[in-house]
Amino acid sequence: MIPELGHFSLIIALSLAISLGVLPILGAARNNAVLMSLARPLATGQFVFVVLAFAALAYAFLHNDFSVLYVAEHSNSQLPLHYRFAAIWGGHEGSLLLWVTMLSIWAVAVATFSKHLPDEMVARVLGVMGWIAVGFLLFMLLTSDPFTRLLPAATDGQDLNPLLQDPGLVIHPPMLYMGYVGFSVAFSFAIAALLGGKLDATWARWSRPWTTVAWVFLTCGVMLGSWWSFYVLGWGGWWFWDPVENASFMPWLVGTALIHSLAVTEKRGAFKSWTVLLAIAAFSLSLLGTFLVRSGVLTSVHSFATDPKRGVFILAFLVIVIGASLLLFAWRAPKIGLGGKFDVVSRESMLLSNNVLLSVAAAAVFIGTLYPLFMDALGLGKLSVGPPYFDAVFVPLMALTILMMGFGALARWKHSSMSELVKRVRWGFAGAVILAILLPFIFKHWTPMIALGLLMSFWVIASLIVSLQQRWSGEGPFIQRVRNQSLSYYGMQLAHLGVAVFIIGVTVVKGYETERDVSMNVGDTVNSGGYIFRFDGVRAITGPNYTAEQGHLTVTKDGKFVGVLQPQKRHYNATGMPMTEAAIDSSVFRDLYVSMGEPIPDSQGAWSMRVYFKPFVVWIWGGCLLMALGGVLAVSDRRYRIHSKKAALIAAGNRPVDGGMSTQGAAS
Amino acid sequence: MKPRHKRFVFVAVALVGVGFSVGLVLYALRGNVNLYFTPTQVFNHKVPQDRSFRIGGLVKDGSVKHEGDGLTTKFVITDMYKDVPVVYKGILPDLFQEGKGVVAQGKMGAGGLMVAEEVLAKHDENYMPPEAADALKKAKAAEAANALKITGAENAVVAKQTAAPLAVPVAK
Repeated sequence: MIPELGHFSLIIALSLAISLGVLPILGAARNNAVLMSLARPLATGQFVFVVLAFAALAYAFLHNDFSVLYVAEHSNSQLPLHYRFAAIWGGHEGSLLLWVTMLSIWAVAVATFSKHLPDEMVARVLGVMGWIAVGFLLFMLLTSDPFTRLLPAATDGQDLNPLLQDPGLVIHPPMLYMGYVGFSVAFSFAIAALLGGKLDATWARWSRPWTTVAWVFLTCGVMLGSWWSFYVLGWGGWWFWDPVENASFMPWLVGTALIHSLAVTEKRGAFKSWTVLLAIAAFSLSLLGTFLVRSGVLTSVHSFATDPKRGVFILAFLVIVIGASLLLFAWRAPKIGLGGKFDVVSRESMLLSNNVLLSVAAAAVFIGTLYPLFMDALGLGKLSVGPPYFDAVFVPLMALTILMMGFGALARWKHSSMSELVKRVRWGFAGAVILAILLPFIFKHWTPMIALGLLMSFWVIASLIVSLQQRWSGEGPFIQRVRNQSLSYYGMQLAHLGVAVFIIGVTVVKGYETERDVSMNVGDTVNSGGYIFRFDGVRAITGPNYTAEQGHLTVTKDGKFVGVLQPQKRHYNATGMPMTEAAIDSSVFRDLYVSMGEPIPDSQGAWSMRVYFKPFVVWIWGGCLLMALGGVLAVSDRRYRIHSKKAALIAAGNRPVDGGMSTQGAAS
Repeated sequence: MKPRHKRFVFVAVALVGVGFSVGLVLYALRGNVNLYFTPTQVFNHKVPQDRSFRIGGLVKDGSVKHEGDGLTTKFVITDMYKDVPVVYKGILPDLFQEGKGVVAQGKMGAGGLMVAEEVLAKHDENYMPPEAADALKKAKAAEAANALKITGAENAVVAKQTAAPLAVPVAK
């Protein structure tokens, strides 16, 4: 009964979404206040019914209702309660439901926090979000219904993939989806502006906090994915350039370009068309990411053939979204105008180059990810593009981006003098170069890549210090000057510091890690990165839904006890699937990582083991976290609250705002 | 700077940038694309020497042998038609099992022995790497074409058994 109610809720949500997509937009076009005012209640109604459907599926999972096919495929009576809940998004159908749930949450958020926006804008934005919801709800109801019954009911479920039975996976997909779906708000603002033909600095100011919040979620989502693969997959890597990872990385790259481009549009009124294009691209790549991962197309192009309806729907949906928005763009963009002028050396041009580089990087990832798919689909043979491709493309592109980043944060809007810029950063730059060349010698291992990586991060930090020094200098008490700077300025600097921390992490891990795959007898010791690992043997243990062999390793350094690591080799009862559970001793400057291979035949309890020493690896995720925190600081800026009222007044008066607000508050 | 000059600088920078990126992508692609071959193709010497490639198929039953050092493993990848011996030093993935799908990446060594640098057997136990599934399908087609040559009834039975999981591609 409950699953059927969930199904009906989805149908009601669909009809509400259709009304949301049609009526308010019609109202905005005809200037009909009644139709426009329908936007908020319709968005709320859609939210209520989608959440009901989500609750119905959650109920089925928590009560082990194996008469629901999706539950039978992704859960098991032995599965612990929290994983039964997380299993909702363990497969294709449930992921789509999660996506739509997120979308309606964002729509309600827009409806709630848009009191100062003109009704027209709200009507159009929510209308566009309504259309996106229509697409997803139709897709679910026509091809991927999570509530399909299984008759007769299964006696027990097939269990959730053990790889997904992990705390990281409970939060990773929702975070990622919040990011993906969050870009739908930026997209909807862009489309709404195109529809209304009013694309000005005010539009950018409204759209910017939403985009930043979405970007924060996406950053956290990508970070969690990387962290999860480090400690769950048992290979000790943090990024594999796997198509699934790339699918989340492409929208992140374009989204990063978008938040920078929005800054220019808000401050200077320039880059309007480009910003709109980026908003369209970020959301299209989010859609592509969702479908790439969940449709099974990556497993095999031919899995489309097993369910052609899904494949055709996905392709049609992508074509409609991307095609329609680009058509609208081509039709409306010429009316938008070019905005403020700027010189070759200016913050605008630096940000432009940042945008171009990030977009090129996204395009390179796109090519590397989809090239094998295209070749396969066209019958031109099977091939794979390996991580070396991505490394070879990324290092030069990012080196350039980082170089520009250091200058960009210091340059003035509109016009900057190159010689003055150089004069301001020369000592910082020289210091970065010297440190980058010397430090690897102190660590007793010098390679050009390590020096380059360190140079990039020190350069970012140096330019950050120069900028802070300039902002904090002057008259009056120091604390007052510190407080005078806007939160969004600090947000930008914190995010840039995050980039530096991230690069340090990547550089040190790549340069100084030790990975030893060894065969260990009981009592054997292995040296990895100066740490001595002693293997004390293996014992059998029983978990809630698995049995495992648990190894015991004692770690010492210079004779001093460091810790005990207990990696596991699990066998899940329901699927019989083996799983390697690595044991990690984590700290700020190094992670010790041990995972079990397999028992060595004809030996006395010997096992093959991965014994890894990973210095600074947590800096990688710490850097991502700083970037996300920077985003949070930026959206907390007072001006989004203070000026929203003024902005609404100005917009009502139909007059574009001059880009130049206080230049002191100029950020990212 | 005159507007005309400014535009020229922007266009020139853009052109250089685009050229640089396209060159970079092409250069990186050229060196790092791994072509994929079936065991039959490898057996027939279709594989370029001294170049990394991928091979997909099943781990042949009874072929997995561990060497004395506990880390080196020898096994045979088969498409039920032709066999390719593989040697790999390192820890094999969890789901590496006899009779299951596998993909190996590496170079051809001496005497037709493939030296693998990487062995993949991911996802759940029913999952068949697309390359492996494809290899079996191709081999089966070839086998059907050569049906007259096959005398042993055993072979046909094995082929049938392995064909069964292919009918249900499980995509997680």
